[in-house]
Amino acid sequence: METIASGQPWIIWAVFSPLVGAIFAFLLPRHASLVGCLAALATSGAILGLVRQVVEFGPQRYLLGGWGAPLGVDLQADGLSVVMLLTAGVVGAGVTVYATGYFQRSSQAARAFWPLWLWLWTAMNALFLSADIFNLYVTLELLSLSAVALVAVSGNADALTGAMRYLLVSLLGSLSYLFGVVLFYGAHGTLDIALLGDLTGPSPADWVATGLMITGLAIKSALFPLHFWLPPAHAAAPAPVSALLSALVVKASFYLLLRLWLDVFPVSTPVAGQLLGVLGAAAIVWGSLKALRQKRLKLLVAYSTVAQLGYLFLAFPLASTLAAATAWSGSVMFIVSHALAKTAMFLAAGNILRSVGHDRIAELGGAQRSATLSWIAFAIAGISIMGLPPSGGFTAKWVMLQAAFASGQWWWSMPIIGGGLLAAAYVFRIVALAFAPIGAPGTSKSVPKRMELAALGFAVAAVMAGFATLQILSLLDSGAPFGQIGAEAVL
Amino acid sequence: MTWNAALPLLVLASSLVPGLIIFCLPEDSKRTRTLLNLTGVGLKLALVAFMVWGVDQGARYEIRLPLLPGLDFVLRADALSMFFALLSSILWLATTVYAIGYLEDSPNRSRFFGFFSLCMTATLGIALSGNLVTFLLFYELLTLATYPLVVHRGTETSLRAGRVYLSYTVTGGVVLLAGIAWLYALAGDLEFTAQGFVAGLVNDHQTALVAIFALLIAGLGVKAALVPLHGWLPQAMVAPAPVSALLHAVAVVKAGAFGIVRVIHDVYGIETAAQLGVTAPLAALASATIVYGSLKALYQTDLKRRLAFSTVSQVSYIALGVAIAGPVATIGGIAHLVHQGLMKVTLFFCAGNLAETLGIRDVTEMRGVGRRMPWTMAAFTLGAFGMIGAPPMAGFFSKWYLASGALEAGQAWVLVVLIVSSLLNAAYFLPVLWTAWFEDPAEAWPAERFYGRFETATTLLVPTVCTAVISLAVGLFASMPFSPLQWAGLVASLEYQQ
Repeated sequence: METIASGQPWIIWAVFSPLVGAIFAFLLPRHASLVGCLAALATSGAILGLVRQVVEFGPQRYLLGGWGAPLGVDLQADGLSVVMLLTAGVVGAGVTVYATGYFQRSSQAARAFWPLWLWLWTAMNALFLSADIFNLYVTLELLSLSAVALVAVSGNADALTGAMRYLLVSLLGSLSYLFGVVLFYGAHGTLDIALLGDLTGPSPADWVATGLMITGLAIKSALFPLHFWLPPAHAAAPAPVSALLSALVVKASFYLLLRLWLDVFPVSTPVAGQLLGVLGAAAIVWGSLKALRQKRLKLLVAYSTVAQLGYLFLAFPLASTLAAATAWSGSVMFIVSHALAKTAMFLAAGNILRSVGHDRIAELGGAQRSATLSWIAFAIAGISIMGLPPSGGFTAKWVMLQAAFASGQWWWSMPIIGGGLLAAAYVFRIVALAFAPIGAPGTSKSVPKRMELAALGFAVAAVMAGFATLQILSLLDSGAPFGQIGAEAVL
Repeated sequence: MTWNAALPLLVLASSLVPGLIIFCLPEDSKRTRTLLNLTGVGLKLALVAFMVWGVDQGARYEIRLPLLPGLDFVLRADALSMFFALLSSILWLATTVYAIGYLEDSPNRSRFFGFFSLCMTATLGIALSGNLVTFLLFYELLTLATYPLVVHRGTETSLRAGRVYLSYTVTGGVVLLAGIAWLYALAGDLEFTAQGFVAGLVNDHQTALVAIFALLIAGLGVKAALVPLHGWLPQAMVAPAPVSALLHAVAVVKAGAFGIVRVIHDVYGIETAAQLGVTAPLAALASATIVYGSLKALYQTDLKRRLAFSTVSQVSYIALGVAIAGPVATIGGIAHLVHQGLMKVTLFFCAGNLAETLGIRDVTEMRGVGRRMPWTMAAFTLGAFGMIGAPPMAGFFSKWYLASGALEAGQAWVLVVLIVSSLLNAAYFLPVLWTAWFEDPAEAWPAERFYGRFETATTLLVPTVCTAVISLAVGLFASMPFSPLQWAGLVASLEYQQ
């Protein structure tokens, strides 16, 4: 890792742009959406600048205030960080555009949404760039609190209940994680990821710490059977918030788990890996089955998130062998494609909800006349969720399948492949509704064009992401976060 | 990008681009839509015809884009792909004209023609795929693009049929994916190559190769309607007639059959497949399908369902021909790809004409219809005789080559299958012909409509007669250059060259 050799400290701007935006959005509530757009623009620019630096000069490390580890606060960016940042940037920018149409100007909800959302973005970017486990804790906590607050933005009873439950579960996860941090600090006297990685070993304290941290993060990533808080929270939130939560927030805690697994936790934890894999497979089955039985569209989409998150955890058993880099690349590719597809689905669901006035699946048949583009967006996003080629969902599953076969654990291919079938069942449950004869025009409301286009844009991006697989994998390769060579090892 | 690389892309674009534009058109802009449709068809036919000529001259059309680590998205034209591409393009032309007439006043026409064009793109993509991943891409696209056509009417029945259709085809796709992913993990290659690319693995991975073959054939067999994976096909007949005609008689089932040919010829190689002992079970399965489909057809009184089961039976001739593992039988099987397509599309057009003009959906209602609609019934008769395999119809040559190929390969039992199947074909077609031509008509047709000068709308009648004439011509001129039979010979010679 090296400090920035030359050029702009984009790594700083990636964190500070949304922070400044959050402050101004709070101070100028009448112009909050304008501030939000400007901040999104600045943040996206900073992220792109950082990506270019990483592509050109390799991983970046920046010492805040000039103090290095183990004393100071460092920011670092390698391939894994920038892929996550980039995903957050794309989703964040798109959702910002969507939100300008979704929230009425200077309404109560808008006043709350814009500062909270920019604050969430700050925390998320900081999390992806943090280099020590206490900083990671702080950013994780900030992220969770702003996410909880965002769920409650609309202020109705469902949202408040969902938010409350989310808050309690989230605090439980944080506490569990914090205990782990304390144990590591007590045992080794440092919080820096790289330094800790060299010090941890198979001692009881390290094992307990590892277990606590994994549990805490699994709760926050809604791994089955700790997923129960996710569907009500994600479904009750306003559409742009649902999209952000499902696409990004749960992935952030997974990212953290991945980082620690790779760099901090005692080497070779195959039992834990297999266990996480089993839970992941169970999540795929359970989440999909629950999605099939939901009566509300947004709950269906939320349960689909539970199922899709399961795929991420399948990388753990696959990565305990020679195919490690392939498995991790697959799961990160899955994060990217799921983020795009799920954003599209939640935004489309939000549009449908707005145009029809409800999201009761049984009564949606023939409602496709209004918000037609959103129905199309939902169907196209479904291609990626089902994992059909050429979508990003397909290439991610393909890479994971190759890891399963290369590691000699072909049985892990069954949940990967079978999950697609279950996904097809619940996606087509909705898509089929659009082919029923058009119902009475009734009370349908029009939806701003940009909200429809945002949903469609994400859906198309999720499908086309497959053609960017090689670029994403080679970007991921920068700094070799997975030990071996990321993209090449897949060959 | 050179011209030779651009051509395969242009072939796809010639239906994809009009399709996407059609989606955006308002319902009542019939003129623009028709213009777009016909321009697309014409362009595609011209491009494909040019490529057929080029491939015959030894030109190489190929484009690759990196898609996955070590795997490209490949479109390539070879003898087999052009064979399928030309068939699809010609039939697309006929069916588009037919569909324009058929859907005259029905709702959601833009949606229909949009997805229709997407289906065509997928079919041509399947034809031009240069490796298994590209093939899978278009195979799945075909599933997705045909679903809206099956449920087009939006009724409870068609939505149910759509569910059945999806549960079969999506499962098939998933099984195919499993086979392909496993094969790639084993072989590290998926490129279609004459005589296959797995020969080197036979010694070490025999069981795995057999299992992969089973997965691939099961995945493809769903679309090819191999028994017991055929259940979706009769159900899908609720779709509008042009859909049944083009998609369920040609594009979808042929995509499966074409895939089986590809897997045997260009993935495994006929020798390796025979060495693994996987061709004999496939031949047995295909034979069972042939007999079973014909038997079921015998018991259907709904005309479209009878034709559907006849499709189940006839498509398996292709798999049978390829699985017999001899050059002559292969020619028969591959030529049948085109022969069956022409004949079956004609028959479905006729069924559509009867239903549209007179409201006839059942064979028992066809009494004396030959006098009311002589042209349609003449076309139907040609198609039916072709299916039975009477000379000089195209179907005769398929069966002739299959039979002599089987004898040459020392598998005389195939003759029994062919004879039984031909007898059954005769048993379910001849009574229909008798009823239609020689019995007295009932007093009134179920729902008669008049179309002026001809027995039915011109746009319905012309494609029907044209495909009937072509299916007669490919039989009569079977030994001319560029006839399906000759071209099938070229394909087979590539596989069996020493």
